[in-house]
Amino acid sequence: MDGKTRDIARRLIRGEIGRREALKAFAALGVTLGAAEIALNAAATEALAADFDWKKHKGTKLKLLLNKHPYADAMIADLDNFKALTGMEVSYDIFPEDVYFDKVTAALSARSAEYDVFMTGAYQTWQYGPAGWLVDFNDYLKDPSRTAPTYGWEDILPNLRASTAWSGVPGAPLGGPGAHQWAIPWGFELNNITYNRVIFDKLKLSPPRNMNELLEVAAKITRDAGGPYGIGVRGSRSWATIHPGFLSAYSNYGQRDFRIEGGKLKAAMNTPESKQFHKLWVEMIQQSGPKNWATYTWYQVGTDLGAGASGMIYDADILGYFMNGGDNREHGHLAYAAFAANPAAKGPTSNVWIWSLAMSNFSRNKDAGWFFIQWASGTDHLLFGARKRDMVNPVRQSIWNDAEFQERIKNGYPGYLEQYQATAPDAKIYFTPQPLFFNLTTEWAATLQRMVAREVGVDEGLDQLAESVNRQLRQAGIG
Amino acid sequence: MTASAPTLPRPRSRRLARRALPYLLSLPALLVCIGILVPFFTAVWYSLERYNLAMPMMRSFVGPAQYLDLLTDPDFWQTVKVSFIYAAATVGIELLLGLGIALLLREQSRLNNVVSVVLLLPLMTAPAIASLMWKLMTNPNFGVLSWLVSLLGVHDFRWASDPRTAMFTVVLVDVWVYTPFMMILLLAGLRSLPRQPFEAAALDGVPAHFVFFRITLPMLSPYIITATLFRLLDSIQQFDIVYAMTQGGPGDALMLFQVRAYLDFFQYTNVGTSAALMVILWAITYLLSNLFIKQWLKLRERTHHA
Repeated sequence: MDGKTRDIARRLIRGEIGRREALKAFAALGVTLGAAEIALNAAATEALAADFDWKKHKGTKLKLLLNKHPYADAMIADLDNFKALTGMEVSYDIFPEDVYFDKVTAALSARSAEYDVFMTGAYQTWQYGPAGWLVDFNDYLKDPSRTAPTYGWEDILPNLRASTAWSGVPGAPLGGPGAHQWAIPWGFELNNITYNRVIFDKLKLSPPRNMNELLEVAAKITRDAGGPYGIGVRGSRSWATIHPGFLSAYSNYGQRDFRIEGGKLKAAMNTPESKQFHKLWVEMIQQSGPKNWATYTWYQVGTDLGAGASGMIYDADILGYFMNGGDNREHGHLAYAAFAANPAAKGPTSNVWIWSLAMSNFSRNKDAGWFFIQWASGTDHLLFGARKRDMVNPVRQSIWNDAEFQERIKNGYPGYLEQYQATAPDAKIYFTPQPLFFNLTTEWAATLQRMVAREVGVDEGLDQLAESVNRQLRQAGIG
Repeated sequence: MTASAPTLPRPRSRRLARRALPYLLSLPALLVCIGILVPFFTAVWYSLERYNLAMPMMRSFVGPAQYLDLLTDPDFWQTVKVSFIYAAATVGIELLLGLGIALLLREQSRLNNVVSVVLLLPLMTAPAIASLMWKLMTNPNFGVLSWLVSLLGVHDFRWASDPRTAMFTVVLVDVWVYTPFMMILLLAGLRSLPRQPFEAAALDGVPAHFVFFRITLPMLSPYIITATLFRLLDSIQQFDIVYAMTQGGPGDALMLFQVRAYLDFFQYTNVGTSAALMVILWAITYLLSNLFIKQWLKLRERTHHA
């Protein structure tokens, strides 16, 4: 790379010239797109290093625990830049999601120092944090000797920052007083409708806007589309069945999982409004869901849509995003729409899943680990991920504002940006944070399975669920 | 020539060495035993504690309270019920099928030897992989088994996703994987039986069913008991097939001991409850093993006296 190429890249990074101008200059020098990209990455690394001593932990060896995911793939593709910036060595273990969280629980509960940094969801921090397994990032974020001035913590979407911070007091609001920042948001998922345009055009359908329309449209697809079923939603016996579309729609009716009485948690799943909503949801699955719904995880929901076996899904927007590409039969046929289940609601209330980065309290390289997290959740890497890889949805507002990223999404994913803009304002975690999250939410999913299988009626099932939840809360001393 | 007196080992050290020898010989076994007993007693201790990793402040010794909580919890009795149904159904069917196949392959021939090796193939498949295979085959939309049952006029059969058919489905997978285990043990037993009683019966023209019930079955009993014991202990501790197929669902239809204990520990970080469930499961397997071993000893005694 000659001096002129490097100079153009530096000027572009400093904002002295625009993208078009830089491209013209590169072309005039006969620089290929690949070489220009390398020059830009190197210039971005240089710019980062100018303001902060990134080499402070040079030679330190970090080990990461990763879940197999496009976010991890994007990070691995850019890892050489981190190594060049810091002089650190990084190794990682990567596991499929089926076993990933078992591995994390095993490593942390054994107080192992093997892994420094790992991927986590926000819900998992409600277990790991109070157990004393996680580093609270509040001190790091406030310390200018450990956090680069260009990091831009405030650029990360406020609801995501709050959703990854909790005081550890059951029922206390996320991001509220005394909240520990247990994790740093890295990428996130909203819940929307992703639909097959070919099927919708054939049947002259419009994407549903609320629960009543969803039932009607799904039933019509099941009846008239000649094979595909109407609506894909998760159904396995797992908390993961509750958190995407189900809880987003449930919250849209103003319903909560718990209410707080005298500082204690009480189950709130059996209110008359909740029962009404559950009846709609159960009817939707019985009428237009997949036949083996009770075994459906995100994987089956996504692959059915990608294979043309379902007409639409109400699940993570990024699941619809990934199904619109690759080798999927329906790639290029999918479109996206925001969804507010309650016709009387002012907009969607999407419960979010946040892939985050956390640090083990047993790590022997905490400061170095924080350097890695800063880089991985920093603007440069996330911009690389959003523009060049599949790192949707970015957690930084500046990246959503990036013209190149917007152009890319607009061209390949019709309606994706619009659904994001409509859904983002009220997107957050709608669960009440409490340490029994996984057992009680899994029990909720199991009850839903029994209702769909007509083993128990909705009213009776929810009353039984509330009774069991209250008993467990009492036993744990929080209800 | 000067003869020097031979140096004799000191009698005290020889005595010591002789006395220490049995202990030294049993040391490896003792070490293995410690390796087993330490985790076991740790689990017993945890089962007496209210201990959830996510709530370290609540950790306390509660004695038998955890067991009492479990014994008064209807979900626990559902676990006991489905675990026993699963074990009885799988072992019963596998025993009958394994015995039937072993009888068919009893005579040594090239074809029988090839078939017995081929029939072992499912046993070489990891149960979790077998479950994923069966999950695809039983998919109501494109699964080959769903298509086959639809040819028989059964439409909309939902296999593992319906609580009414979930047990049948996982038992089917277990039978596919483990029947060869029964078959190979019983086949080895059948082929090692002495030939004389069978030859005498053939000379006397004894009917086949009489030979089977009065000669084959009693002589094969030790093998049957051993194979059944192995499978029963494994089956009551089933995890991989059920977890891979349904995660214990739909509802609580397949919430077996191991699935429940696994969820309690790995997903709910509830160490105390998970340990209590494991201790109860250990007690059940211990009782079952004792029952079978006593039966086996009785049979052996009867054979010696006969």
